[in-house]
Amino acid sequence: MKALKLKREDLYVYLESLKSYGELWGPVGRGEKYAYAKLDNVRDVALQALRTIIPPKKFFVPPRFNMFRYSDGGYTETFEDVKPRVLFGLHPCDIHGLMILDELFLERFPDPYYQKRREATAIIGLSCIPDDKCMARSTNTHAVEGGFDLAFNELGDEYLVWVGSSLGDDLVRLNLDLFNEEIDAQNLQKYLEWRRKRDSRYKLNFDLTGMPDIMELSWDADLWQEFADKCLACGACSMVCPTCNCYNIRDVSDLSLESGVRERHWDSCMNKEYAMVAGGHNFREARAERLKLYYTHKLKAFITEYGKPSCVGCGRCIDTCPVNINVAEVIRALKGQEVKV
Amino acid sequence: MTDNSRIAASASSANPFMPEQMRIVRRYDLTSDVRFFQVRPVDMERALSLDYKPGQFMMVSLAGVGEAPFSISSTPSRPGMLEFCIREAGRLTGELFKYKENSIIGVRGPYGNGFPLEKMIGHDILIVVGGLGVAPLRSLLLYILDNRDKFGKFYVLHGARTPAEMLFRKEFFEIKERDDLDCLLTVDNDPTSQWPFSKGVVTDLFPKIKELDPDNTFATVCGPPVMYKFVVAEFLKLGIPKHQILMTLERRMHCGIGKCGHCAIGSIYTCLDGPVFSYWDVLHMKDLI
Repeated sequence: MKALKLKREDLYVYLESLKSYGELWGPVGRGEKYAYAKLDNVRDVALQALRTIIPPKKFFVPPRFNMFRYSDGGYTETFEDVKPRVLFGLHPCDIHGLMILDELFLERFPDPYYQKRREATAIIGLSCIPDDKCMARSTNTHAVEGGFDLAFNELGDEYLVWVGSSLGDDLVRLNLDLFNEEIDAQNLQKYLEWRRKRDSRYKLNFDLTGMPDIMELSWDADLWQEFADKCLACGACSMVCPTCNCYNIRDVSDLSLESGVRERHWDSCMNKEYAMVAGGHNFREARAERLKLYYTHKLKAFITEYGKPSCVGCGRCIDTCPVNINVAEVIRALKGQEVKV
Repeated sequence: MTDNSRIAASASSANPFMPEQMRIVRRYDLTSDVRFFQVRPVDMERALSLDYKPGQFMMVSLAGVGEAPFSISSTPSRPGMLEFCIREAGRLTGELFKYKENSIIGVRGPYGNGFPLEKMIGHDILIVVGGLGVAPLRSLLLYILDNRDKFGKFYVLHGARTPAEMLFRKEFFEIKERDDLDCLLTVDNDPTSQWPFSKGVVTDLFPKIKELDPDNTFATVCGPPVMYKFVVAEFLKLGIPKHQILMTLERRMHCGIGKCGHCAIGSIYTCLDGPVFSYWDVLHMKDLI
């Protein structure tokens, strides 16, 4: 990986030059919140945005899309035409979230729908200073060493720009004159200071060591029912989670009833029908069972399988749950710290 | 989770979600609500090269309705056809029961780990089925009959509620005539009083099992949920090791390849790491049964 420098005042000029590669997308303001939008005007980008309402997963697994068109002649694949695009402004936690989705969708049995969208998208990261809902330091996802094409790290009046891939190198060359290759000791000093500042700002700090064991031993604990008593089973936690990837399949007929599409849409393990099979038997009828599955998958099962939690500490569930059930509250409850349920 | 080998998806398409066109060549009712389907890939070469393991499953697609997983009831040792034994239980099966011979349906797979045949070879085998549990275990049963010399002693215990509800009744009567296995049949009730074999629940047949070397035995059970507890207790009483007691599990599935999430149990996916699990898996993994 190599590092370059870009003057802050040149950012908008550079963002504009990225459009010669493809569509440019980044976070913009939406009331008090933020969402990814196409940056027709590069000055619309909300550089201060910490978390978008919906994570970048929507670019790779859209909430709803068509997989096939069917008719008498059988099934035909329908790939939406995904134009080359640049996704700017992903914070380290979201890049980690994307890397987890990559493992799920690209490793065994690669998913061609995900793959096509992923291959058409350049990822540009952006550093951030955490707020009181961020817990990426606890999940060790507060910094990135890969998973991006370029990563911008703000250092006062300039950006340190990490080049993470061959495509990233191409992107730099779109406007090479803006970049400076000379990194000096002062830059290093500033960078280290910035890291210390970032690390000191985390208000949510958890030791997740041994979490699988703690969850195993808490399998029958009252806390699950206590959370379930107030959970609305709305599934919002799944929608906003950067690593929740469950989906359903549905066939939708045309009016003729002779042809139609097979579509895929987001599902949540919080939905009651999630584990129901034909004949009506439901393997996870109780809300407490479904809550437990959600958090077991984030904090136990994924660690067993991949050696890391599938929570990237982005804070979206903390920001979103209408009744304040979230990964931080669940960790506190599991670790025996007082939680007001 | 008895076998770590991952089985490749349908070789015919780069898109693992693409159903293959298959033709229903035969279908008939096994009971009032369970129907037998014999299907074959429309492409004849594909039909002959189609390979799978007993215990694996396929995703069946009906355009306009959706997709659902079904155990394969046929054996790879009789190539060219796939057979399913399907109960009308939901939206997709309700529609499937309207499909007649020569209709085309979508099928993709095979998926799942299947039975660990390479480990089972050379061992005594005990198969216990109840009701629709015969669907996946008929594949193993026929496979063993077709490779009889590779296995040791062979017991098959089959229980049904009534003679009329015994799936593949005629086939089991024929198998019962063979002298290279012990096939024991029982029914809970016999309203017609014509049933020539045992009466009672399937566990009542266990005392008839003689000369089984428990350490050298693989036992497998499939049936209604209530059956497992009692049958497994009998296996353990015989002294069969927990990791040699096998069962196949049902879960909701929308993909078959570890993506859609619905069949997740702890850190495993039933579609990839199952549906065949050992009793030891069940004991150490929460939520399995």
